[in-house]
Amino acid sequence: MIHVENLAKNFTLHNQGGAVIPVIAGAGFEVAPGECVALTGESGAGKSTVMRILYGNYLAQGGAVRIGGLDITRAEPREILALRRETLGYVSQFLRVVPRVPTIEVVAEPLLALGQREDVALARARDLLTRLRIPERLWALSPTTFSGGEQQRVNIARGFAHRYPALLLDEPTASLDATNRETVLSLIEEAKAGGAAIVGIFHDLEARARVADREIDVAAFTPGLS
Amino acid sequence: MTPLLEVQALTKGYGGRIGCSDVSFTLYPGEVLGIVGESGSGKSTLLNCLAGHLAPDAGRVIFDTRADGPRDVLAMSEPERRMLGRTDWAFVHQNPRDGLRMRISAGGNVGERLMAVGARHYGDIRAQAVDWLGRVEISDSRIDDRPSAFSGGMQQRLQIARNLVTGPRLVFMDEPTGGLDVSVQARLLDLIRGLVRRMGLSAIVVTHDLAVVRLLADRLMVMKDGRVIETGLTDQVLDDPQAAYTQLLVSSVLQV
Amino acid sequence: MTEYNFAYLDEQTKRMIRRAILKGVAVPGYQVPFASREMPMPYGWGTGGVQVSAACLTPEDTLKVIDQGADDTTNAVSIRKFFEKTAQIAVTEKTAEATIIQTRHRIPETLLTEDQILVYQVPMPEPLRFLEPSEVETRKMHALQDYGLMHVKLYEDIARHGEIATAYSYPVMVEDRYVMSPSPIPKFDNPKLESAALQLFGAGREQRIYAVPPHTRVVSLDFEDHPFDPSKAPHPCALCGAEDTYLDEVITDDAGTRMFVCSDTDYCGARCEAAA
Repeated sequence: MIHVENLAKNFTLHNQGGAVIPVIAGAGFEVAPGECVALTGESGAGKSTVMRILYGNYLAQGGAVRIGGLDITRAEPREILALRRETLGYVSQFLRVVPRVPTIEVVAEPLLALGQREDVALARARDLLTRLRIPERLWALSPTTFSGGEQQRVNIARGFAHRYPALLLDEPTASLDATNRETVLSLIEEAKAGGAAIVGIFHDLEARARVADREIDVAAFTPGLS
Repeated sequence: MTPLLEVQALTKGYGGRIGCSDVSFTLYPGEVLGIVGESGSGKSTLLNCLAGHLAPDAGRVIFDTRADGPRDVLAMSEPERRMLGRTDWAFVHQNPRDGLRMRISAGGNVGERLMAVGARHYGDIRAQAVDWLGRVEISDSRIDDRPSAFSGGMQQRLQIARNLVTGPRLVFMDEPTGGLDVSVQARLLDLIRGLVRRMGLSAIVVTHDLAVVRLLADRLMVMKDGRVIETGLTDQVLDDPQAAYTQLLVSSVLQV
Repeated sequence: MTEYNFAYLDEQTKRMIRRAILKGVAVPGYQVPFASREMPMPYGWGTGGVQVSAACLTPEDTLKVIDQGADDTTNAVSIRKFFEKTAQIAVTEKTAEATIIQTRHRIPETLLTEDQILVYQVPMPEPLRFLEPSEVETRKMHALQDYGLMHVKLYEDIARHGEIATAYSYPVMVEDRYVMSPSPIPKFDNPKLESAALQLFGAGREQRIYAVPPHTRVVSLDFEDHPFDPSKAPHPCALCGAEDTYLDEVITDDAGTRMFVCSDTDYCGARCEAAA
């Protein structure tokens, strides 16, 4: 489902004397449907950079990333947008939403963007918010005012609203209590069982051991570290 | 899929000075394109050339018309272009005073485009005006008030209602949230996003506010000195800018 | 009085005005610019109408002049005398006998015929002017038939007053093409704009001439659910008893006593004579 070949990424800092900083070189791996791969390596090794390239958020300087048949390093913006809508989900560490939009709509939005019926989308959103123990009285409020843990759970609900065939998870269990952590892990397991190919970053070793089928140490792709 | 708008090598100069130079891009149905750059970068010139307010010196602007498919807007006759301007196109000005008739009631402002395309039933026109005022969160008790009695945010929402009432397919927006309080901005952005999604609109939004494009635009075009220096997915351009100027622009934004 | 050329204006000027009239007839409702001359009367007193009449008059014509329907008001008397003096033509107060009728703010009650010309004095020829101040823009709007704004005005009337409150200068669509101001005639007269007579409109200060040829379609603008209503005062004429004419309200004493009488003095007089 996810094929990464010979990936390279540099940052060129034009405003700091044009310094070129190579961050990824020669990265290659594959993730099959139903498989969960954990990226490992110390902080700053480039785990998040790899995730961002996979999502099309960072540009690659070389190599290819094929997700669902589309090489996102060469794709048109609208092709990437369609991929993100239909195929590729991303749960980042931070919730980024338009102020003033109610939580329930934030969660339902990925389904509405796919053209699903509003009642179906809202039912799915209610289901996920209930499972993630967001009290119902908060659903009509904007999540921008929520606590860190609540925001993280809203973010997860949104990321799992549509059953994406490919999913990127950046620290999905960080800042969660044991009960909610358990819910998130079971959501991941359900997604795997449903055939999703998952790439994740898990600092939570127990969680990693439970859901990840393989580990990839990104230090191998980091120039100067390998 | 046929592009809704295809712009080829659009160039406009003011005497010896460059307004915009050799701008090309393609916009597909449902896409929102942001154009950012500092004052004088040519973004407003470009928008006005696209919308037919300014005549470019060279280039083509091909729009997929409902009736006849893709046609070069610049080669159209003035009546055809005006008809496009009040049916398939909409233009939201930065200053609502430029886009509203200040001495005509809110209902009359919304109804004007309907009447311009032949609506002749007062009751229907009024019902549509009420519906649209509701969609932009203006109470229908204000329908007979003049926009001069409205707040800046309400005026801007009224301008949007007036523009969208004929169900356009392409909306041009020039700094739509400029000059508004932050809280009013957020409400307006949310409103525009909802309308864009529900109506399947395509939009071209010119702004210097990077937060606005991050929330509104799917794609971004960065302009400097009349030229396009970088394009891409909005989040990619903002998070991993490639051109020196874009890096400067992004790093200059104050964090809150 | 051989000092004057026939009908005051020189022949070149009359030819220039006739060319404008012909163009106006060819394009019904379109405002034709013309080089309006200084006339021996102030603007606002009918200089446009007088120039058009002067260009149309022949020695065989019989002229009638009315102001608000009356033949005996200052303005009407002055203009009639002006042409008697400068053209030595016959004059009349009887609508049916006139070949050319110059009017300010009324259409005679008696139906006009194909042998007659009705000349209107027009203060403001542009029906869009109070909505759009720019002449460049209003011309463009006419050229492109961009008339949405005209209905916005009527919409505003209904929103504010519950009905279309415009009572005079009520805008019309001529032959499905041009929106035209009928000059400040009461809207009661609008249906009579579809006439057998040639109607010419002259605006001296604004330097415009326009025309409605005989039997041209002239439709008063309205909404489907607020149709045009010519409306009249709910009284019969106090003098002749007519119930289908446009009435003037006349205050007869300091106590506010009033009567309603026909504004068309010739029509009313003829009826009174016939009844006597």
